[in-house]
Amino acid sequence: MPVIRKHLIRPETIDRIFKVLTLAGVLPAMLLILGFFAQLGWNALPAFREFGVGFIFSTDWDPVMNSYGALPAIVGTLVTTFTALLIAVPLSFVTALFLVETRGWLGQVLSYGVDLLAAIPSIIYGLWGLFFLVPFMQLHVQPYLTWIPFFGKNYNGFGFATAGFILAVMILPFICAIMRDVFKMTPAILKEAAYGCGTTRWETTIDVTMRYGARGLLGGIFLGLGRAAGETMAVLFVIGNSPGIPKALFDSGTTISATLASNFAEADGMFRHVLFALGLILLLLSLGIQVLAQWWLNYSTRKVQGSK
Amino acid sequence: MSMKKTIIGMLAGLVALSGVAQDSKPVLNGAGASFPAPVYRIWTYQYTEESGVRVNYQSLGSGAGINQIKAGTIAFGGTDNPLTKEDLDQSGLIQFPMLMGGVVVIANVPGINANDLKLNQEVLSKIFLGEITSWDDAQIKALNPTLALPKLNVTVVARSDSSGTTFIFTDYLTKISKDWESKVGRGPAVKWPVGIRAQKNPGVCTAVQKTRGAIGYTEYTYAIETNLPMPQLRNKDGKFLAPTSDAFKAAGANADWENAPGFYMMLTEQPGEKSWPIAGLTYVLLHRNQSNEALGKALLGYINWCFDKGGDSATKMHYVPMPENVVKMIRKEFENITFGKVEK
Amino acid sequence: MKQFRKKPIFRRKLLDMSVRVFSLLTLCFALFCMGWILWATFSHGIKSINWDFLINPSKPWGLPRNGIANAILGSLLVTAGAAAISVPPAILGGIYLAEFGRNTRLGNYLRFGANIMMGIPSIITGLFIYAILVVPTGNFSGFAGSVALAVIMFPIILRTTEDILLMIPDSLRESSLALGMSRARATLKIICRAGRTGLVTGILLAVARAAGETAPLLFTAMWSDAWPTHYFTQPTANLPVLINEYATNSPYEGVHSMGWGAALLVTFAILGMNIFCRLIFKDPKHD
Repeated sequence: MPVIRKHLIRPETIDRIFKVLTLAGVLPAMLLILGFFAQLGWNALPAFREFGVGFIFSTDWDPVMNSYGALPAIVGTLVTTFTALLIAVPLSFVTALFLVETRGWLGQVLSYGVDLLAAIPSIIYGLWGLFFLVPFMQLHVQPYLTWIPFFGKNYNGFGFATAGFILAVMILPFICAIMRDVFKMTPAILKEAAYGCGTTRWETTIDVTMRYGARGLLGGIFLGLGRAAGETMAVLFVIGNSPGIPKALFDSGTTISATLASNFAEADGMFRHVLFALGLILLLLSLGIQVLAQWWLNYSTRKVQGSK
Repeated sequence: MSMKKTIIGMLAGLVALSGVAQDSKPVLNGAGASFPAPVYRIWTYQYTEESGVRVNYQSLGSGAGINQIKAGTIAFGGTDNPLTKEDLDQSGLIQFPMLMGGVVVIANVPGINANDLKLNQEVLSKIFLGEITSWDDAQIKALNPTLALPKLNVTVVARSDSSGTTFIFTDYLTKISKDWESKVGRGPAVKWPVGIRAQKNPGVCTAVQKTRGAIGYTEYTYAIETNLPMPQLRNKDGKFLAPTSDAFKAAGANADWENAPGFYMMLTEQPGEKSWPIAGLTYVLLHRNQSNEALGKALLGYINWCFDKGGDSATKMHYVPMPENVVKMIRKEFENITFGKVEK
Repeated sequence: MKQFRKKPIFRRKLLDMSVRVFSLLTLCFALFCMGWILWATFSHGIKSINWDFLINPSKPWGLPRNGIANAILGSLLVTAGAAAISVPPAILGGIYLAEFGRNTRLGNYLRFGANIMMGIPSIITGLFIYAILVVPTGNFSGFAGSVALAVIMFPIILRTTEDILLMIPDSLRESSLALGMSRARATLKIICRAGRTGLVTGILLAVARAAGETAPLLFTAMWSDAWPTHYFTQPTANLPVLINEYATNSPYEGVHSMGWGAALLVTFAILGMNIFCRLIFKDPKHD
């Protein structure tokens, strides 16, 4: 029986057009990424020309003399991120464990609760930090912790400890969500085999689940790292904004994003190029982390799926 | 589908809003110093209501104000960091003082209220240099024998942004301390030896409020509104006094306006028993050539209104309006403003 | 395989129990922090919320009938604009990735790129849009703000669209093709319709995320006291920057209160949207 063509245009042509259309919708937007680098690099170039590559390692910050260095901001970003991870990773790990083990509606509700933490806008975290956490740290926490090495004797509530803490609370839901997914992906048979040998839950987690999902867990940590490194508003309000390299956790300092946010509005001339240069450094830093994380997660997902 | 319709509807509304609401009256945008912002915001609002010409002022800091007026993105800039005559001529700007006010020191020391604390030039500069680090230091005690000073770290709070208030304060510190002059100097943003930073005057006030043992500097109105204790300072004549707008007025009484090109004047460490040592002027910058005539005329209308009718609001907010003779000089300067495109 | 050390059973059980207790404490701690933040926002903000607050535009402190209506409207405009800019290309891209690009090289590159985009700090996005939109035109604008937010929203919607479409079983696709439909028709009329709840949820969640962003708006839309009538040519009032201004850039207690009130509005609106999305769309991955 002959096929009756009902369409005016052949379906294959429509499909081809459709495919091109969807691609055309998305491709230009993606080219923006290249645009980011190009534009930042263009605007940052004069700063590097003026100060050379040593800009990255210089600790100068003298607006009067127009001499700038990126090191304090870079170190600040690294310190806050590292502190945040130090606090957030173990906490997310055990929280994710607990949530995965809890069955039924209670587990769901609690998971939603933790996920909601991620939905709170970052400026709210900043306000909470400035108005509540800073006095709290100054009066009730820091006075009792000055004996710990690297914590410092001079404290005022602002500084890396407070900023690190707020960042930790902010990235906890992200890392926790990824860890929950990784834990669920562990094949039940492996866990049951371990229980069959007589291990406790914690031992199973350490020796079986964590080993199995190590790459996924690491990927989650990288994602949290990227998020913490780029955070602006929450850090801006509590970091103390002093352009020096910190010697202790309770010291004040600055991060790249905080420096950008506080100085961009009134910067001109070389200062503006310096700020663009800082932005470029931050972009490279966070992209480097992202690329690493993406590669790691892809690798781990493929490995997991491959073994099924 | 209905989602798409909603989006299209919103877009259309957007376009309509931006198209239809084109004002026929000019809009004057200003930005700059946070020093006078409390009263500028009242003035712009009142003037907009009265005359229909919309005037906006954004408190971004003197540095931002200077940049933006030079870049041409605003009609008038506010700064407490006056430009030199060379700079003005080069950028084609004219500058004139709008108000007098005072920079005060604020301190958050538990148990010390209002104007109880006395600081002299030496102790003040040492604190900001980081050489005095505790509130129970002997040098502070010597000036305040009756006060119970706690053993508490001193946290200096300075500005992180480019600020005219900083310029006035560091100018004062430079005048009273040779150490400060050689180590740090004056400027809208300097390399503070110690302490944390905050953004704009309110930021400094909040940081001092939230930190026990903090000391900072800010414009008088902000300190009053935030209820922060302001130590008494010793003026050039050796008297300790608390900041008041009369003290600012007294500081401005001896200003020699005849010999001030571009109205450049610093009122720190002025003689007079009742003079506040850190008084200051806040300036307005305009383009000498107003290429848009309607906008330029509207701008002058606003400025003249500020001089004529703005005095009451200014005094209520603890600023001091310029004296009559200076306003006359300023109005004379306005005659140099040209309108319309000029062939260079 | 690691040999289990011979530990007395008591010690192992103790360790297990202590970890369990620690997890519970940590969970309570996380929820406590959230509760603290929400309570702080609520208690400080609730005193400013009243009818006047919601329908009057912002004015300098001291004048009567002060409100944040212009910022509310401005935020709605800027966010809607961002959605209008980012949603169409993102949905198209998601369709491409799910239907045509499942294992292709180009598809993988696009996916990779989108994930990278999601990691760009929002302040860098603001900087970028400032350089390409604000500087050449010489003015701040709500439109520039929308573009900045659109850049943030785009990869999120792209990813969720792809995820939703991938969850729809291929049998649906195969049966529609068997009926003689073109791929285009099948995708648009059948697949998208089947996943419409998920797609809408994805868009709403991205909108919620963008609505709370402050850093990208700082140098693009900035803020103003006026009603947002000049969306393309003048700074546009918006809630996040207003919160920033009012809470940290003013000495008056009353203004701080207003800032908290605005913060309360934004927080609960965003949380509300998130909860709503979760209720209408149960994500099978997270349960």
